[in-house]
Amino acid sequence: MQIMKLDTLAQSIGEWLRGTGPESDIVMSSRVRLARNLPQYPFVSRASEQDRADIERFLRERIAMSSAGPGLESIDVGGLEEIDRQFLVERQLISREHADAQGARSVAIDKLEQVSLMINEEDHLRIQCIHSGLDLRGVWEQIKVVDEQIEQFVPYAFHPRFGYLTACPTNVGTGIRVSVMLHLPALVITRQIDKVFRSLHKISLAVRGLYGEGSQAMGDFYQISNQTTLGKSEEELVEQVGDVVPVLIDYERRAREFLVRETEQNVHDQVSRAYGILRTAQTISAEETMQLLSRVRMGVLLGLIGDVKIADINSLLVRTQPAHLQKIRGIELDTKDRNIERARYLRQHFEAGGQNVN
Amino acid sequence: MKCQQCEKQAVFHITELETGAVRELHLCEDHARVYLNQTEGGGGSADEAEDAAAAGGAAGQLGVGQTADELAALDQKACDMCGITFFEFRNQGRLGCPHDYVQFAKELEPLIANIHGATEHTGRRPSRSPTTAEAAAASGTAELTGVIGLRQEMKDAIVREDYEKAKENRDAIRAIEDRWIPPARPESQE
Repeated sequence: MQIMKLDTLAQSIGEWLRGTGPESDIVMSSRVRLARNLPQYPFVSRASEQDRADIERFLRERIAMSSAGPGLESIDVGGLEEIDRQFLVERQLISREHADAQGARSVAIDKLEQVSLMINEEDHLRIQCIHSGLDLRGVWEQIKVVDEQIEQFVPYAFHPRFGYLTACPTNVGTGIRVSVMLHLPALVITRQIDKVFRSLHKISLAVRGLYGEGSQAMGDFYQISNQTTLGKSEEELVEQVGDVVPVLIDYERRAREFLVRETEQNVHDQVSRAYGILRTAQTISAEETMQLLSRVRMGVLLGLIGDVKIADINSLLVRTQPAHLQKIRGIELDTKDRNIERARYLRQHFEAGGQNVN
Repeated sequence: MKCQQCEKQAVFHITELETGAVRELHLCEDHARVYLNQTEGGGGSADEAEDAAAAGGAAGQLGVGQTADELAALDQKACDMCGITFFEFRNQGRLGCPHDYVQFAKELEPLIANIHGATEHTGRRPSRSPTTAEAAAASGTAELTGVIGLRQEMKDAIVREDYEKAKENRDAIRAIEDRWIPPARPESQE
């Protein structure tokens, strides 16, 4: 395992942003995470500073000696500046809780940024795997192997009845969270989204915003995930989430068709205005950017905007976030200057015909 | 303590565990019944029998029929390994160590049933040594969580300069770790 230099990451984008894979017009990414703990230490929230340092070292060294180790690079999250932690959150390599936590903690990631292993988040170890598009089975097959490889060298806290033991009883059993990130602009515009969410809650699925727990749904991006983790097998839980996705895709497609059929001029106007603002604004917030990019993304998929690629929009969604913007520009900026810089970055990007501008 | 809805004495102390947040409610008997009937039933199912069953499950979790004294005694119960009390868990919504699932099994079971609608894990099991994986993982966890208590005792012994005891514990910890932690493989440094 090597030690990662963060600035090299800023030049690239993660695999899950490439905008490829099945159904990637609506499904941004598919993700699975597993919560695991060591039996010989208290859970993180009750672990002393010394314990946390010991847990971090034990897991980092053990992961490195496993077959999963050679492809991974380790980042000392506890030793990072806030902006760098934020940067990792924006790329979805660590959670906000992990960024904001105290004490020794780290993350190991692979080159494609598909696999990330968070040490000392809420649980001692959180294994995460993300793929672009709808590929829950593929994600599950990959994470299962990583989990087994690590298990060769790490004892996991396990109870014959309750399964894998976790700091919060809401994760006990399989410790699995299966989620898909969906782009549902037409359901938002046609005001059907609340109805959809209510029916998802009834079948024990949770709906969250772009950055997981407690985050706002920005730019019409939503995460759908399982709520229960015990009593069903991992495969059943993967299916539970997987089964509902085609239905949601179908709803969104129909809503898009409806919009084009009934209100084409209106929709065309909306997406063109959104595109116009992104190309000409002089100062723009991260939220407005995301909202407008969402509209443009829909416009591209409906064939209303011709010269933009989906992968570019996906990339811009992350690269216009505060920490990315500052990393790319190489300077720290306050909110006001960030908004000016973001507008400049967007203008340059679109003038250059979608080439990444650094 | 007064009921949060009226002036009566609160006899039900409810901890709602939602993902990422814990909410505490203190209610009199009447308001507790109203609350339980509202919250249970899986989001608007009109099936009364189902509602009653679900409320029954929740009631078990909350200790219906238990007096305030009994609940207070339960709150005082502490884990032998990490020392967390049930009260602290109720407040924070996070357990202290893996041994809590053994120590508080009786108290956690209705809570787990309420969250997941099940109490038996049916998914994957550790597979380190295929023949005895399950038994080994379970007893490994049982012995290794003992290390948490031994480590704390060792620290306490050092504080009171009882080095004999500290050494004893250190050796006991090593013995358990040697038995249950898979042997290390030297990392190939490149």
